[in-house]
Amino acid sequence: MSVHGPHRIGVGGRHIDRGAPLRFTFDGKELRGYRGDTLASALLANGQRLVARSYKLHRPRGVMAAGVEEPNAYFGVGRGAGATPNQRATETLLEDGMEVVSQNRFPNLRRDVGAVNAMLSRLLPAGFYYKTFMFPRAAWHRLYEPLIRRAAGMGRAPREADCDSYEQFHLHTDVLVVGAGPTGLAAARAAAAAGARVLLAEQTPWPGGRLLADGVKVEGVDGADWAAAEAEALARLPGVALRFSTLAAALYDHNYALLYERPGAGAPVRRRLWRVRAGQVVLATGAIERPVVFADNDRPGVMLASAARDYLHRWAVAPGTRAVVYTGNDDAYRTALALDAAGLQVACIVDARPAPDGPLVAAARERGIRVLEASGIVAVHGRRAVRAVEIAPVRASGRPGAPCERVECDLVAVSGGWSPTAHLYCHAGGRLRWDSTRAMFLADPDAPPASVGGVAAVHLAGAAAGAFSTHACLATGAAAGGRAAAGKGADAAMPTVPETDEPEEVAAGSVWMAPGRGRGQLGDRHFVDYQHDVTLADLELAAREGYSSVEHAKRYTTLGMAPDQGKVSNVPGHGILAEITGRQLDSSGTTTIRPPYSGISLGAIAGTQSGAQFRAVRTTPPFAWHVAHGADFEPVGDWRRPYCYPRDNESRAEAVAREISGVRRSVGMIDASTLGKLLVSGPDAGVFLDRVYTSMMSTLRPGRCRYGLMCNDAGFLFDDGVVVRLDESTFLCHTTSGGVGRVHAWLETWLQTEWFDLKVFVVNVTEQWAQVAVAGPRAREVLQPVVEGIDISEEALPPLSMVQGVLEGVPTRVFSISFSGELGYEVAVPAGYGASLWESLLQAGTPHGVVAYGTEALHVMRAEKGYIMIGDETDGTVTPIDLGLGWAVSRKKEDFLGMRGMALPHLAAAGRRQLVGLLTEDARTVIPDGACAVGGADGRQIIGHVTSSYHSPTLGRSIAMALVESGRDRMGSVLEFAVARGSRIRARVVRPAFLEDAAGGGDD
Amino acid sequence: MAVMTERTHRQPDVARPAVGLAVDIGLRPPSGLITVRVALRAEGTGAAVHQATGLALPGRRQRSAAGDRAALWMAPDELLICVAAEECPAIIEKLEAALAGTPHLVVDMSDAWSVFRLTGNGAREVLAKGAPVDLHGAAFRPGMVRRTHFSRVDAIICQVGEHPDAFDLFCFRSYARYVSECLARFATPGSLPGILDPQ
Repeated sequence: MSVHGPHRIGVGGRHIDRGAPLRFTFDGKELRGYRGDTLASALLANGQRLVARSYKLHRPRGVMAAGVEEPNAYFGVGRGAGATPNQRATETLLEDGMEVVSQNRFPNLRRDVGAVNAMLSRLLPAGFYYKTFMFPRAAWHRLYEPLIRRAAGMGRAPREADCDSYEQFHLHTDVLVVGAGPTGLAAARAAAAAGARVLLAEQTPWPGGRLLADGVKVEGVDGADWAAAEAEALARLPGVALRFSTLAAALYDHNYALLYERPGAGAPVRRRLWRVRAGQVVLATGAIERPVVFADNDRPGVMLASAARDYLHRWAVAPGTRAVVYTGNDDAYRTALALDAAGLQVACIVDARPAPDGPLVAAARERGIRVLEASGIVAVHGRRAVRAVEIAPVRASGRPGAPCERVECDLVAVSGGWSPTAHLYCHAGGRLRWDSTRAMFLADPDAPPASVGGVAAVHLAGAAAGAFSTHACLATGAAAGGRAAAGKGADAAMPTVPETDEPEEVAAGSVWMAPGRGRGQLGDRHFVDYQHDVTLADLELAAREGYSSVEHAKRYTTLGMAPDQGKVSNVPGHGILAEITGRQLDSSGTTTIRPPYSGISLGAIAGTQSGAQFRAVRTTPPFAWHVAHGADFEPVGDWRRPYCYPRDNESRAEAVAREISGVRRSVGMIDASTLGKLLVSGPDAGVFLDRVYTSMMSTLRPGRCRYGLMCNDAGFLFDDGVVVRLDESTFLCHTTSGGVGRVHAWLETWLQTEWFDLKVFVVNVTEQWAQVAVAGPRAREVLQPVVEGIDISEEALPPLSMVQGVLEGVPTRVFSISFSGELGYEVAVPAGYGASLWESLLQAGTPHGVVAYGTEALHVMRAEKGYIMIGDETDGTVTPIDLGLGWAVSRKKEDFLGMRGMALPHLAAAGRRQLVGLLTEDARTVIPDGACAVGGADGRQIIGHVTSSYHSPTLGRSIAMALVESGRDRMGSVLEFAVARGSRIRARVVRPAFLEDAAGGGDD
Repeated sequence: MAVMTERTHRQPDVARPAVGLAVDIGLRPPSGLITVRVALRAEGTGAAVHQATGLALPGRRQRSAAGDRAALWMAPDELLICVAAEECPAIIEKLEAALAGTPHLVVDMSDAWSVFRLTGNGAREVLAKGAPVDLHGAAFRPGMVRRTHFSRVDAIICQVGEHPDAFDLFCFRSYARYVSECLARFATPGSLPGILDPQ
């Protein structure tokens, strides 16, 4: 079998399928890998050590980690509409034909023009932007910001619409276990045994966690094999679900969790966002290794010690041929031993501790590996990859001692310690506290996450809780799983903790940094945050300038603010900051840890709300007719309503003008089905409506209609509509199209919380009825044949009345109401008959030249009459009195909602803005909607604003309505309206009724 | 001179279900749907409803059925009675008569709702893509009713059969077109995660 890539080892590699070679390209270069490779393992196998350029300084960078914490290896994957920027190589599974491009370099990765920044690094310290781009002030918008924007950003967003498919999925579970390492597997086993429904989510495609690479035996077999078998066994248990490649991104209140799944290649869904409601959550999220900060510690070839053995064991990739291991703990000795066992050279182990001891240290010494104690790496040679390091003793003062030794190597495996992954714990409200003996942040028992119903609902276990041995992981995992499932019924004995065979480790120490030599002493090549190029020197500067709290230093230096969110850099940064400022870490704390744990795609957040399903859309019964007849739709709430019906090459304005003159001359019809309709019924319905409308409704006779206004308790108008009394105890209340939900909730609130003694039921019947308005001088002639059997003569159906009947089995209501000033009717039938009614009216209207008209014609015609529109003439601060609708506010009623508000001094005071009509001096000029009237002593005060403004085809001139201070006292005067570029439009104030009654229909 | 076209009852235009969907999805033919507002706990309500419809009063979040009639619990003071379209007016009359002594409101809502029937193993997962409801087989059983949201639209979900699973999804008529598009998208073959319905 062929071995793909010069750094691929001939045997082993737990994840790769050597029978399935894959081709891919990296910056156009053809490379090969295997199924099961990540992009990172495939690149390393091909000897591609330089993979990226850093964000600010364009320093050459290599793969640093093997998991979600990777700070360097971000790529653009795919092209065209399927291109995705900023894909982390360690999380991206290789696919055949994958096209991968490096980012943040020009013209290419090896020769990058931006690398000049690195030479200027001393000129680009932390806070550079804040200090430099302050002056001159105007330059920020025109010069600095556009320049910075061009330079900023990691990848390039694709220009085409995303061709991939995303979705969301809701799931409820008793217990959510995050992480399928030994801890998570044990937790899931215990929770399932206790009878709980369990969801086990693992961010990688594989169970096992550290067992995959650490060589620990569980129950006598290799830990990785045990984990695979255990995962399979769990998946067969009823009530247990395992999801791999599923990252827990966030944990919110009440254990609402967001999981981000990457289904495999070829799946119809590219990403799936799981919205999980969990009773209890076990966080078996492990720990992340910390790098060590030393001069030029960012050179390709410097890698986390655990990652080096991950690549070796899991993907059969030799991350180097001659290694130096730099550590402050025992765990990294495993890497030295693993490299040695694989036949690679280990030049030496540099241990920061004065006298390392323990079984792992002894094993390394036994293998003849040199251990340099109390030492550090003080310099790195090699620009695009490590060639050698200089090692020196580190004195207690922190200064390098002598002798300094140069060691040739191409891999530096580093371990500064381990940080438990407690991000989700913090999302849920838990706090962390520095444990100085163990050198890690652990859950603060005094500040746990919010409980659910008074019971702890988030449990940390395993390495995430500071339990690092496999045995401790299994034991704490099982305990947490059992706790989480408590009360689920089954009293099954706790599963026994599997036996493990692992060397004992000495409590982990930590090493933050090593001093540099020569030029390296400056600290500006000691990288703390690789992705954002934050250095030791930056942190020193921040501290010097007073930004010494972790939150201030973060913002001043951008530490931890890159797309990797500082997974490998935050804790070292905080540790170093504490050292610089001479504080203890336990007093400085962490920065706030917020969701998401790792970046998730915007596509997954949008889910299926894209394309035609971008938002929920409501259509009326004659919708197909509207579409077939060229309707130009506008959104009204969720509704799609025809704005107008342009014919041939008509413009919108021409169509609206034609529709209006059609109505005024003969007859027109509009689909009014969207109008809100609330049925209010019961013996107390009249009393109830008297309280919620400003006018008297209880005196309405059955079969009669009345225009009504609804105010909130402050006295402001918020909805209007025609109320029809259907019978003694039942009213049909029309509302605005967009307002029915609000009005319904308003009525229910009063009925349920204040007036529960009233015997009234409210049902929203909007959807039950289709409604068509017929308006114009010939409306009756058009309508008559369609409702044959119902008498709509003027005697039987005077203005503001209603008749109903059942025609051929179809309940039909006819209202004589008008919103245009013309003779007008509205006909309502059950929605299923709506399309048929529409067509019948059209057919009946054809001999009369009937036109279908849209919302704009409706709006212009009502403005010609001076009728208000909720949302145009009202904005939540307007009373009926302001609008001149005092006639619709009862003075006889004892009380109603808004009565007290309207009587308050401010609402009753003189000088409030009142509704007026406006006629521009130049009849052709239409004042922009919202334009401000200016006046006052200096002629520069805003004294009003335009609420509606149209060209009126009926009058052949522009008309507008406005709310103007003391408007009703200004009749006949001329106001100036300020519009763009300092020009002004002059208009005369008139009564807001431009068209006198044509049919006497509308006004009450 | 009568120029009437025939009065025809039409269903909303909905997206035609794609061939090869993971679950069988169809719009139900028109039926009689009656909203009854009455205090369900009040004495005599159960007897009155039974007298008019032959249906037992459903428990909280339950559905009671007899023949092809059913009563869905909507709220402590609300039922949705489902009957054949042609018997709807008669049942309304009977309900009015039976409830005459109690404060109540009976409304024909047959045209207000559109009802989709989802049949087949996988129906739970199609629904779980849109509704934040626990649809696990142990939690959502035949005879259960939930008022909820489906892809941001008010909805009622009700399990009407098992082996294979069958669910009715009610949405308001004006949203039927949108909901049908969502359903077709959610049921894309191969897209079900297989967690509620092992595949």
